[in-house]
Amino acid sequence: MLGESSIQPEWLSEEVKTGTTIIAIGYEGGVVLGSDSRVSAGASVVNRVMNKLSPLHDKIYCALSGSAADAQTIAEIVNYQLDVHSIEVGEDPLVRSAATLVKNISYKYKEELSAHLIVAGWDRRAGGQVYVTLDGLLSMQPFAVGGSGSSYIYGFVDAEYRKGMTKKESQEFVVNALTLAMGRDGSSGGVAYLVTIDQEGAVERCIPGNELPTFFDQ
Amino acid sequence: MSSIGTGYDLSASTFSPDGRVFQVEYAMKAVENSSTAIGIRCKDGIVFGVEKLVLSKLYEEGSNKRIFNIDRHVGMAVAGLLADARSLSEVAREEASNFRSNYGHDIPLKHLADRVAMYVHAYTLYSAVRPFGCSFILGSYDEDDGPQLYMVDPSGISYMKDMTCRELVKEVAKIIYIVHDEVKDKAFELELSWVGEITKGRHELVPKDIKEEAEKYAKDSLEEEDDSDEDNM
Repeated sequence: MLGESSIQPEWLSEEVKTGTTIIAIGYEGGVVLGSDSRVSAGASVVNRVMNKLSPLHDKIYCALSGSAADAQTIAEIVNYQLDVHSIEVGEDPLVRSAATLVKNISYKYKEELSAHLIVAGWDRRAGGQVYVTLDGLLSMQPFAVGGSGSSYIYGFVDAEYRKGMTKKESQEFVVNALTLAMGRDGSSGGVAYLVTIDQEGAVERCIPGNELPTFFDQ
Repeated sequence: MSSIGTGYDLSASTFSPDGRVFQVEYAMKAVENSSTAIGIRCKDGIVFGVEKLVLSKLYEEGSNKRIFNIDRHVGMAVAGLLADARSLSEVAREEASNFRSNYGHDIPLKHLADRVAMYVHAYTLYSAVRPFGCSFILGSYDEDDGPQLYMVDPSGISYMKDMTCRELVKEVAKIIYIVHDEVKDKAFELELSWVGEITKGRHELVPKDIKEEAEKYAKDSLEEEDDSDEDNM
């Protein structure tokens, strides 16, 4: 760009990460997933509107974080496996099945991959569930946060989470958590994506930056 | 119904002119000639009963079981060639184990029945192998789907089939006792198992005391019927 054609901009050789904030929370009758939309390569933002909430099946979504390529590929593979599985078994897959499939890949290739997916959804046996699959472990939790931005909001989520929240309260919880994280983490930002999943299906929503809640410094 | 398929019955890879595969039909004969196995579904579970013919007095009680456990929640009762049945039970166990490993939960009964039926069917396609000479009944109970029963026969078809479990155990024992032909076969041992709400979804052999109560009930009702027969004469 400065006349030296042999030198490429730094960001082309940086790994593309979804330095990210992702969050998922279960409520009575469903789950809410949320993510930011920033994809960075080093100090450059290569995509400011990426939706990191990826469908694995009609009522099961996963939230991507870590290396963008690794996370997307895992999600695509599991999407395919769940398609086949649901046809073989003749009914909608369990969230536990989806999470186990993600966990199996994450564990088997843990040395090569660098991605953390949070799997959440609704099935008829156990209702809304949230699973964490970091590094190949499988753990069901009432809520989960992930990505680089999550470090800044652990205090917030631990203090504000209550059992038995309604759908609306869960959505507000997610939006607040995302906003706070995006405000402090340089690798998170852009818009907030929300997916709410219950017995009826999955509803996606995008909240642009100017419609996010404001806190003390705004 | 028995017909001889001379010339067309030497291998499973040959059709007869009227469209039958005789090897598969002969395999089903092995099942017909074996002793009885029953599975009955009631509103809160399944009960299996098998008339286990005792071929020698030297056999210990409880040997040569014909009811198998496939994973914790599925029971399998077999009729036909016991060796074939044993190998199929291993196949079923592997399927259930792989499913649990890949998907993290109990294998649904329909899926297990389909997978084992596919395996059985594969052995009816080639001349290098023979069909399995056994039919079996798979049964399971879980809270969401309730009790379910599936049957698989040597051709590889699987198909689906109200009392409580506790009462049903006695009736199953009675059926086996009635069906047992004293003239044809001498001694037999009754094998009983169940899976249902009463066992919290785990397939288990019926406990000794309940089994003895059921056998007593079965023997008593047989005697009653014998008595009424004598009156008629």
